[in-house]
Amino acid sequence: MSTQAKPPSAMKMAVRTAVILFLFVVAFTGLLSAAYLWTLPTIEAAAAGEKMKLIDEVLPRVGYDNDLLKDTVQLQPAAALGQNETSIAYRARKNGEPAALVLEAVAPDGYAGKIRLLIAFAADGAVLGVRVTQHKETPGLGDYVEPQKDKNKEHPWITQFDGLNPGRIDAREWKVKKDGGRFDSVAGATVTPRAVIKAVRKAALYVEENRQQLFAPARGEAK
Amino acid sequence: MTREEFRQIAANGVWRQNTSIVQILGLCPLLAVTTNLVNGAMLSLATILVMAISGAAVASLRYLIPHEIRIPVFILIVAALVTVVDLLFNANLHQLYLVLGIFIPLIVTNCIVLARVEAYANKNPPLQSAADGIFMGVGMLWTLSLLGGLRELIGRGTLFSGIDMVFPGLHPLQILPADYPGLLLAMLPPGAFILLGCLIAWKNWIESRAAARSRRRPPEPATAAGCH
Repeated sequence: MSTQAKPPSAMKMAVRTAVILFLFVVAFTGLLSAAYLWTLPTIEAAAAGEKMKLIDEVLPRVGYDNDLLKDTVQLQPAAALGQNETSIAYRARKNGEPAALVLEAVAPDGYAGKIRLLIAFAADGAVLGVRVTQHKETPGLGDYVEPQKDKNKEHPWITQFDGLNPGRIDAREWKVKKDGGRFDSVAGATVTPRAVIKAVRKAALYVEENRQQLFAPARGEAK
Repeated sequence: MTREEFRQIAANGVWRQNTSIVQILGLCPLLAVTTNLVNGAMLSLATILVMAISGAAVASLRYLIPHEIRIPVFILIVAALVTVVDLLFNANLHQLYLVLGIFIPLIVTNCIVLARVEAYANKNPPLQSAADGIFMGVGMLWTLSLLGGLRELIGRGTLFSGIDMVFPGLHPLQILPADYPGLLLAMLPPGAFILLGCLIAWKNWIESRAAARSRRRPPEPATAAGCH
């Protein structure tokens, strides 16, 4: 590689350096693409498994008897859900009757960006369960909204929503205790629970409003 | 690699040039993740892996990298390798990935990697560079674990919280009484700075005591300015 005999001209140097940098970029981009393509199927399968595991957490399997990963409805982007892309709601049915609805909502105002939630609503609008699926809250501080990270193992923070029907609870009560509401929070980290609490209520009101459309029977096999 | 060389590399990484308490590098991840012992240890383990691989890669390619553009090439190599490690973890060790996941991309921002690539791997053979990466990581491992453990103990009175996510079946230890109110300061970044300062003082105290005993001057602390 070394051409130390005669110092090359500046132009030659520049071209040579640029070509080498370019070759490095090509080589490592190739490496990245190969790794991406090679791992993609495994990652997608793992993600689908994760999804079902998450749904199991908000909605116990005894509550329904259909394959809810197949019984879905497309939701248009809605501010009430914090979504700016179409999202999917999973519909759980028991003996053909609507039993519950699992959908994704986003709390846009977490301490460190968006907090993604998976919420299960019963047919009457009551919250069956909430789980945080993705967040960037401070580890060890705001991340107690995730039950795995919550110090309180018996009654993790996020289970406070279970069984509550936001449609029947006054908006003034639907807040953390610090703001005069009914929900606990950890001192020093109230931004995160505030965001989650707000997002759950908004999603509940959205479900209330769009009940007919959301629980409409599946359109047969034409999906 | 001779035994003596290996010993030097190990001593440098683990103690003499310890990344966190001597070189004071990689403070951002240090502040962010050492809120408990498990997080600190996990980030260090992921960093060990990345530093070993990137050290070996840069050392193998060092004759191909023109001096003028070495920094962009290093960043390219490190970023690409970290992403590959990230993808491989995600695909093959999914459970572990869910725990380590957020830490792996963080490593790119950790300037320890770039600093060691520039200071060591660029001038040494692949095997030595990999060893250097590993031992720098081991130095980071014990320091971050200690710091994380102290912050967790003082802040919440527990140790090993989150261990059940890495090894299901193991449980966090409640060291202080369950009604310990906790000290929020220790959990916040200022607490990390204060404890890190104490660790540095402790290390310097040991050094100067050893120096006094052998009647030689204490070693100058090495720092790499301008990179945190």
